[in-house]
Amino acid sequence: MGFPWAEQYAPKHPLMQWIDEKLPLPRFVYNAIGAGYPVPRNLNFFWNFGVLAGFALVIQIVTGVIMAMHYGANDLVAFSTVEQTMRDVNAGWLMRYAHANGASFFFIVVYIHIFRGLYFGSYKAPREMVWLLGLVIFLLMMATAFMGYVLPWGQMSYWGAKVITGLFGAIPVVGEPIQTWLLGGFAPGNAALNRFFSLHFLLPFVIAAVVILHIWALHIPGSSNPTGVEVKGPQDTVPFHPYYTAKDGFGLGVFLICFSVLLFFAPNFLGHPDNYIEANPLSTPAHIVPEWYFWPFYAILRAFTVDFFFIPAKLLGVLAMFASILLLFFLPWLDTSPVRSGRYRPTFRKFWWILLADVAILGYCGGAPAEEPFVMISQVAAAYYFAHFLIILPLISRFEKPLPLPGSITEAVLAKYGATDGEAAAVPAE
Amino acid sequence: MVRIGAFLVGLFFAGWLLVSFLMGAAAYISEPPAPTVEHEFHLAPKHVDFSFDGPFGKYDKAQLQRGFQVFKEVCSACHSLKFVAFRDLEALGYNEAEVKAIAKQWAIKTPDVDPKTGEMTGRDPVPADHFPKPFANNVAAAAANNNAIPPDLSLMTKARHHGSAYVYSLLTGYREQPAELLKKFPDAKTPEGLHYNPYFANLNLAMAPPLTAEGQVTYGEGQPKPTVDQMAKDVAAFLTWTAEPKLENRRTAGLATIIFLLIATGLAYMSYQNIWADKKKKA
Repeated sequence: MGFPWAEQYAPKHPLMQWIDEKLPLPRFVYNAIGAGYPVPRNLNFFWNFGVLAGFALVIQIVTGVIMAMHYGANDLVAFSTVEQTMRDVNAGWLMRYAHANGASFFFIVVYIHIFRGLYFGSYKAPREMVWLLGLVIFLLMMATAFMGYVLPWGQMSYWGAKVITGLFGAIPVVGEPIQTWLLGGFAPGNAALNRFFSLHFLLPFVIAAVVILHIWALHIPGSSNPTGVEVKGPQDTVPFHPYYTAKDGFGLGVFLICFSVLLFFAPNFLGHPDNYIEANPLSTPAHIVPEWYFWPFYAILRAFTVDFFFIPAKLLGVLAMFASILLLFFLPWLDTSPVRSGRYRPTFRKFWWILLADVAILGYCGGAPAEEPFVMISQVAAAYYFAHFLIILPLISRFEKPLPLPGSITEAVLAKYGATDGEAAAVPAE
Repeated sequence: MVRIGAFLVGLFFAGWLLVSFLMGAAAYISEPPAPTVEHEFHLAPKHVDFSFDGPFGKYDKAQLQRGFQVFKEVCSACHSLKFVAFRDLEALGYNEAEVKAIAKQWAIKTPDVDPKTGEMTGRDPVPADHFPKPFANNVAAAAANNNAIPPDLSLMTKARHHGSAYVYSLLTGYREQPAELLKKFPDAKTPEGLHYNPYFANLNLAMAPPLTAEGQVTYGEGQPKPTVDQMAKDVAAFLTWTAEPKLENRRTAGLATIIFLLIATGLAYMSYQNIWADKKKKA
């Protein structure tokens, strides 16, 4: 891992030397997130979000494990055990609100992380595997979040579970047996709740394992950077510790402040009031909506209103929703431009902003009731979403004329900040 | 190969979405969706000020006690409050003996098993008990209430948008069905046994106006006059407390946490600047 000029782990204390001989775990950590990992010196604050996502996962696991100590995964008591946690468990309200809002913050951080990767071309060779593993994490997160939302057994939990498992019912011939098999019954009930709890407890640890693979894959080529120009020598990098541990420490502080504002002063802002009503299979809520982080995909699902010959609209919606995520796995081969960073790709950059706005519009429509004009808006926005990745991006990378790239990372940094002691004089601007 | 496949898939999805859009738009123009009676006559909750508004608001204990009194004398005849225990009332400023007395004198008995015969019976609640439910089960509740089951009130203010204002608005919002409504939607006449209330989602609810006259509940010395408006406000405040009893702890803890984080983040920023000083000198 790392570049040849990476600092070597050389423990001085005999105990640490003894450990290093038997099990070089400290060496592994040193090389992964310590001084032994050289990182481009020009990362901006958008590169903080990977560490923040890891921290968000830790918050979820800690608060989640504690909540599981007080939760009863049974449809008769699930709702009241959650309320009991809120009222009678010491700091139970804090654990529950931190877990619910922590999920939202996990997604906020991960969405910023993904859009950073999209803008700066982080998915391109040689980092395709990092991108693919990141998408696996994203899919696991979505599954975990969905099952977690079912556990309080409120109205949205129940009806959300019904709608989402109902998607499998749209698959021809085998759909309904699959749906029944997934739920352990014909409708969500105790069997479904219990298996969702089991999987909700398991998957975060699977996520943690894939996170390790994600970081491992990242450390082989090393981190990407805002110029997209690869590291050329020791002058282009700084050791992760103390440079990026210090920067991440500050980023983490800002993250925790934002998290605390919501957690302590508006803990139900991102939730839906209907989930404070106990699940009732006999009463359908007026509007069934998932949590906000699923809204863009929910809008794509509902945008298909017309059958395509023998394919029913519902099945098309399901296929499109899955396709909207799966297509991201092909991104490294759809965007063939050799230039990574959006900074040097004028056309690509404009379309990136359109995509960002498009996903925001889809998100808004996904949270709105399934009425006009929201359905029409989401149809146009969903059409753009598919066109962006599958048609526009390959065409841009073929025809766009990129701006000249800086010769190296150091050159770009010197153009911005001027030379520092012992470095060559500034070279022309980027 | 990947790009050709992607192009075809993209063309299919985007194309069919645009076809769906055009068909939807054509239908929208030729047959605009008819307005519904809920769209036109449903009202958002009224604006109302509470002591617990804002990031540092606190509950007004005297108001919570008045609200509890309204709940006890009016709401509790039909509505349960199953997530709240009598012992929780100490947060309203009652002492242990008072809570014990409130529990003992509660009109509804706590279901229990006779220790001698093993038969189902009722006993006086103790502070450790949750508020007993007014009906033995949903069938009994529906039978006694014109087929509508009175919902549990513990979480009501969190289970509706702007819940505190919603409860207040609903309780003070009963009125005659407007003539304009009947002219525009002749089929939307409030059915027999329901009551028109524009703050309720579908405009007609089974609950008869519960607060009807000033002085329906007698407030103690030095308390405001028990007008319908005041009682509605007090019980809305009480139900905000039942839904979020830890609100004050949460805000206090939040303030301390954020002050700590501001200082810690300030220090982290300085150490970040310090460590990077040799790498980023401004030209």
